Amino acid sequence: MSRYVISLSPHEKGTYTVNTVMWGVVVALIPAFVSAVMNFGIRAVAVTAVALISCILFEFLIQKFLLKTEITAFDGSAAITGILLAFNLPSSIPLWQVVIGSLVAIAVGKMAFGGLGKNPFNPALVGRGFMLMSFPVDMTTWPVPLKTVWNWNITDAMTSATPLGIVKEGLAKGEEIAALAAKTPELWDLFIGTIGGSLGETSALAIIIGGIYLIYKRIITWHIPFFYLATIFAFTGIAWLVKPDAFFDPLFHILSGGVMLGGFFMMTDMVTSPMSVKGQIVFAIGAGIICSAIRLFGAYPEGCMFSILIMNAFVPLIDKYILPKKFGKEVNYVG
Amino acid sequence: MKLKTFKIGGVHPPENKMAASTPIEALAIPKRVSIPLSQHIGAPAVPVVKKGDDVKVGTLIAKGESFISANIHSSVSGKVFAIDTVTDTTGYKVKAVIIDVEGDVWDESIIRTPELAKEIKLEPADIVAKIKSSGIVGLGGACFPTHVKFMVPEGKKVDTLVINAVECEPYLTADHRIMLERTEEILVGIEIMKKALKVSRAIVGIEANKPDAIAKMEKVASDFPGTEIQPLKVQYPQGAEKQLIKAALNREVPSGKLPLDVGCVVNNVGTALAIYEAVQKNKPLFERVVTVTGKKIKRTANFLVRIGTPVEALVEAVGGIPEGTEKIVNGGPMMGKAVVSPEISVTKGTSGIIFFDKSEAKRKKVSNCIRCAKCVTVCAMGLQPYLLEKLAEKNNWEELEKLSVTDCIECGSCSYTCPSARPILDLIRLGKANVNRIRWERSKK
Repeated sequence: MSRYVISLSPHEKGTYTVNTVMWGVVVALIPAFVSAVMNFGIRAVAVTAVALISCILFEFLIQKFLLKTEITAFDGSAAITGILLAFNLPSSIPLWQVVIGSLVAIAVGKMAFGGLGKNPFNPALVGRGFMLMSFPVDMTTWPVPLKTVWNWNITDAMTSATPLGIVKEGLAKGEEIAALAAKTPELWDLFIGTIGGSLGETSALAIIIGGIYLIYKRIITWHIPFFYLATIFAFTGIAWLVKPDAFFDPLFHILSGGVMLGGFFMMTDMVTSPMSVKGQIVFAIGAGIICSAIRLFGAYPEGCMFSILIMNAFVPLIDKYILPKKFGKEVNYVG
Repeated sequence: MKLKTFKIGGVHPPENKMAASTPIEALAIPKRVSIPLSQHIGAPAVPVVKKGDDVKVGTLIAKGESFISANIHSSVSGKVFAIDTVTDTTGYKVKAVIIDVEGDVWDESIIRTPELAKEIKLEPADIVAKIKSSGIVGLGGACFPTHVKFMVPEGKKVDTLVINAVECEPYLTADHRIMLERTEEILVGIEIMKKALKVSRAIVGIEANKPDAIAKMEKVASDFPGTEIQPLKVQYPQGAEKQLIKAALNREVPSGKLPLDVGCVVNNVGTALAIYEAVQKNKPLFERVVTVTGKKIKRTANFLVRIGTPVEALVEAVGGIPEGTEKIVNGGPMMGKAVVSPEISVTKGTSGIIFFDKSEAKRKKVSNCIRCAKCVTVCAMGLQPYLLEKLAEKNNWEELEKLSVTDCIECGSCSYTCPSARPILDLIRLGKANVNRIRWERSKK
């Protein structure tokens, strides 16, 4: 027996750990949280706190009493699920519904598959999908930003539709694009986020700041957000160029709804996105096409959630057929 | 200027080259050396001395008889105490010649004058024969018998000699020091290799974290037409053979092929020095430079050490094993081997001895793969380490073969970078071994 540790190389270990990755994402979500509090006030804080605590608590309880495995509830991944779920909800949502959504996200979306790293679908979106179908009215009631900062009880008078909702409803009623454009917010408002919508999705600016932080910290690469947003821009742009009287412009599309939050924070979820860069690009383009198609031709005003969940299902297939480029293909030598 | 580098993968571990400014010093000759007979890839050498024989420094003590093998010479003068089994670096028992030291008498044929011998008198075939008889092996760590690389098979053409002076492993500074202190000899060594291979072009790849070595080599190389000094980006594994060829010449060695297949021969810069000494000074390979380092060590050193010297002697010279040492590594931290005890001897492949304390020696706790894709991003061979690990765990050797597991160069970037601290490379090695076994069984049928 040697008194020294014998192990195979490498003997050096990088500093990057699961905790640094996960809590890094939590830090990157802070600007969007600040924007949510500025727009939707105390209820934004309450919804986020309830979702965050519920997700960590449910993961802890399931691991402790049901699975009796090692507790990893505090590694930051449950916190991300909680925050992202909250960011995908309107601030007026009843808090008991948030608790149920968190339970579905963690129990069905994550732990049922074996916990962190094993889930095929983004857990936060599984929770949100469940809530959208279970509580359709509460999930589509949108408090007016800035006006409800100190209001705990939100009355009907304090709500309005989201920009995408206004467009979808207006077009269904046969209204003109020009008339609808007058009803929808200016691009600047869309960019800074003073618009109706889910808590964390409204401010493109705050999300981009967080996204740049993630890229700078090398937690994500630029490929998925870029190709997702670029595909939506291109798809809706082509539709707009072909029929400007039937569709809104592409800038409106990438700045409204959940595509910024989805592109930077939910599609880039490591567990549910492909492993190779080429695969990630295919994944992002596919989701961009699905999202645009739902927005332009589907029944729902927003297609971000569905586009991500549908492409999540394709990840195993993408990983099987789209492989990284192997070394040794470019010989560059004639002997 | 944008530095050249390889194109896919790579990591940047902390460099920790604490010994970079410490000049080479000759270590005192120990009282007894034990020289293993298998210090190289290939068949062990066959001893030609017996117990009680008197040997001088440079006396042939074991002969490499197979095609891939290498001669071994005595590093000291004295009497053969025994030919016995000793424990090697990794804990295996190997045969070794144990010699009790008496004085320091060198074989008369070795030229001990310090003058630079620039004129190359030997013809190519004689150079190769000299390299073979001097027992020279690749000093980068793999210890492949060097003369084999100079026997270019019929039909293959070589146009470039690539010299590996990258030293991309953290901590190690042996190559760095010889480039600063033995510059002219190295460049003559390169000329000898060029002559033996009948090529006019040599490229010396040096990582950009050694600006003094690059400057010195460039200055001296201006007297040697056809030898270019190529600074390379600091990126691990820049010094891996295939990655170095890619960086220096933008050629990719195809899967399962050799540098020869893209017109190159690659040799380490330490080997160039050894070849100079063998061909111009008639000195066989019996000593090398070893970096002794670690974060807690009293002083770091670059010792010129006789082969067969116990590691303990190096340790004593730097003030003993640092307190709290939990792991001793022979070689670099990325690809070196953890040693079982400091009683093992320095061999031709010992480039460094590094001491790690508890926090560095202990592996981190393994958790679930979070599919972060970092291993895929850093793999310099464009493989999918996470998948290879998973398949090896399931003993799925057929699938591993299809996914080119044997292309893995074991650089360790995947395990280094994994946030879940998964034993990726350990399992890939298991997979490689099994795929090689299956291929061997298939070839026998």
